[in-house]
Formats: sequence, C-alpha cells, structure tokens
Amino acid sequence: MSIRHSLLALLQDQPRYGYQLRVEFENRTGATWPLNIGQVYTTLDRLERDSLVTKDGDDGDGHVIYSITDAGKAEVVSWFAAPVERNNPPRNELAIKLALAVTIPGVDVQGIIQAQRVASIRALQDYTKARRDTTTSQRSGDTAWLLVLDSLIFQTEAEVRWLDLCEARMVQQAQSAGQARRTSNGVTEDAAPLSADSRR
Amino acid sequence: MSVQGPQQVLELAGVSKTFGEGSTAVAALRDVDLTIDAGEFVAVMGPSGSGKSSLLALAGGLDRPTSGGVFVESTPLAGLGLNDLARLRRRAVGYVFQDFNLVPTLTAAENVALPLELDGTATRKAHRQALDALRQVGIPELADRFMDQMSGGQQQRVAIARAVVGQRRLILADEPTGALDSTTGQGVMEVLRSRADAGAAVMLVTHEARHAAWADRVVFLRDGRIVDQAAALHDPAVLLAQAGL
Repeated sequence: MSIRHSLLALLQDQPRYGYQLRVEFENRTGATWPLNIGQVYTTLDRLERDSLVTKDGDDGDGHVIYSITDAGKAEVVSWFAAPVERNNPPRNELAIKLALAVTIPGVDVQGIIQAQRVASIRALQDYTKARRDTTTSQRSGDTAWLLVLDSLIFQTEAEVRWLDLCEARMVQQAQSAGQARRTSNGVTEDAAPLSADSRR
Repeated sequence: MSVQGPQQVLELAGVSKTFGEGSTAVAALRDVDLTIDAGEFVAVMGPSGSGKSSLLALAGGLDRPTSGGVFVESTPLAGLGLNDLARLRRRAVGYVFQDFNLVPTLTAAENVALPLELDGTATRKAHRQALDALRQVGIPELADRFMDQMSGGQQQRVAIARAVVGQRRLILADEPTGALDSTTGQGVMEVLRSRADAGAAVMLVTHEARHAAWADRVVFLRDGRIVDQAAALHDPAVLLAQAGL
C-alpha cells in the first residue's frame, strides 16, 4: 500500500495536518488498513524533502498544516493513471504455507485447508454482515467503505475457491496414486470397486 | 420459570442415511446432529457427494433416515404416515430449488397460492396470503405475470414467496442461485436473509462461499459427517475496533 500516494491524494483534496490525514485515510478506507501517526509524520517529512508538499503554517492550535505542491499534484495524477504493479506478487502466506505443507511428509494438508476454510468463511461472514449493515444505514461517505468491503469479499471468496481447488487436486492425486498401486499389485479396478470408505 | 431460548424449528438427531445394502452400501450421512432455531439462517457447504442434498431431503421429510430422528417444530417425522407427512410439508416447510419448479400456466400469485389451496384454504384467502408473500419478497407488482414474462431472478423470488406463504417457518433452499447471475443471486440471498430476520428458520445448501457468508452459521459436510461449523463472530463495531479505530 502506498501511504505516500494516499496522503498526497488527501492533500490534493485540501490542506490538512497529520492527525487529520490519518483520520481521513481511515474513514475513507473503512479503517481496514490502520495507519499509525508516526508513519504519517515520517511520510510527510519525506514528501516535504522531495518538494511534493510544503508546510503551510499552523491552524492556531499548534497543528502544522501541509499543502500539496504542483509537483505533488503531478505525482497524484500519475499514481491514479498507472495500474497497480503486479510483477511483484504480494507475499501470500497461505500459498507459501500450503506449498511447503504438500512437500513435507506427515503434514495433514487437508486439515490445514479445512481450518483455513473455516477461518476464511468466518471472515467472509463478517464482511458480508458489515456490508449489509452499511447498505441499510445509507450514510453519506459509505460508498468508499462499501468499495473496500466488496474488494475484501471478492478476495476472501477467491481464497476459498482456491482452497477448494487445492483440496480437489489432492483428492485427485491420492486417487490416482491409489489406482497406480492397485494396478502394480495386479488387481484391476473391476475386481476392487471403491467403497465409500476407501474413497475418502 | 426458566428463560425460554429461541424456538427450535428443525432438529436432526443422530441422523444417518445409507443407500444400497451389503458391500455396495454407500453412507450418505453418518450420525448428523443439527438444529436450526427460528430466525436462524444456516448454510451447508461441502464437496459433491458430501451429503448436502440428502441432508436437505431428510430435513424436509422428502426422504426418511436409515437411523436417527428428524423433528420439525418438535413433531417427529418418523411417527407420521404419508398423508400426515405430506400435510406437514405443505404447512410447515417451504422449498426453493435451483430450477424454480414453478407452473408456467399459472400467474405468480397463483403459483404462490397453490400449496395453500392444495391444503384446503379458500381461493380468496389463499390469494390474499399469496399477495402478502409476494410483498415480503419485494415483487407485489408482478402478481399477475406468467413465468415467461419474468426474469430468472424474479421467478426465484416467486419460488421463495411460495416457500414462505402462510405459516411456514422452515425454508429449505437447494442451490437456489445456481441458474442466476451474481447480482441476481445476491438479491435472492437478501430475500432469504430478510425471511430469517423476520423469524423463519432457513437452511441453504450451496457451494458458493459468497452466498454461505449470508448465513448466521455455516456447516461443513464431508463424507456425510459434519466436520466443522463457522459462526460469524463479530459485529461490525468489533471489526472496526480490531482494525484499529
């Protein structure tokens, strides 16, 4: 996530001080990615160093107000225009965990898949409920939060579908390994129909 | 006097179902315990062949278990003869199927009124209740349309109206969104959710996580056994608090 560009975009909206930027960011993204105030101020320092923002005095209560420069506005335009980089896939702990699990003997991969499925569905239930409640309340400013929720719902659903696929692959593999074993023992399929138990 | 919990609409106690006999016997369900309360929406997920549809058929009295008991509003289905079972199905249980199963030569209202009329309710009263059910699913204006004058999503709403018409408080839905696009499918979930919120017990069989997520509880079936249950844990306020606000 680009905190740098997010803060710039918020400053393009209007000049703000650090704490306002944090609150505004969290309001618009539904507090899904919390920012700590330290991150906000270090980022503002760097933006100022790169001449993308300037300090604009204070608001009378001692808060330093930042405003965006022309170079900063140009940076926002190019950020919005550029598609999000995909050539470096974000690290996916679940994919890494399963990739390792299938290669290490004695690991209960189906157990891992099922435990993750329950956790993912639970998250999906939470997001769906949050979406339903937001849709019902119809407050202004909810559109941004709905978009974020939709994104989370789609991602989580994709995760569950991927888990289903992993599991189906594992079952397929186990079945063909079983068939290969039986064939090498000289037993044919017809002579040994799969019972409900051996298919599990 | 003790405080009464929510009313239990469906109970499956130690239910098993086996098809075939001897060496070719296949266990579709093994010792399943499941209850659904009034106002509760439960989704059943599991791979093909895990027993989802068998579970639904037993819950609605369309099939009988090999062992164990099925109770609908405390009535044991095992004790009912075929006629009584059919009456209970008409009065207490509503079904929603993937392919709607509506009668093309009847209007929406007539389709919805049909189970009531079969049960002996006077035509005028049945029609009034049908209109009420169509209102509940958000399409009162389509009461006089025939099936070929409605979209798939609208037909599925008629099917849900037929499932909830009258006093029925148990809705059993088997992949009700299978034939619909995703937006229309979501509309169907909204209707099922609102019926549960209004006090019906809803059991949904689905392979779509997105749809299961509308339920209060998700039950996972594998090889005829319940292997896990997921209940939504958080209200959105807690969700936000966890996210740092």
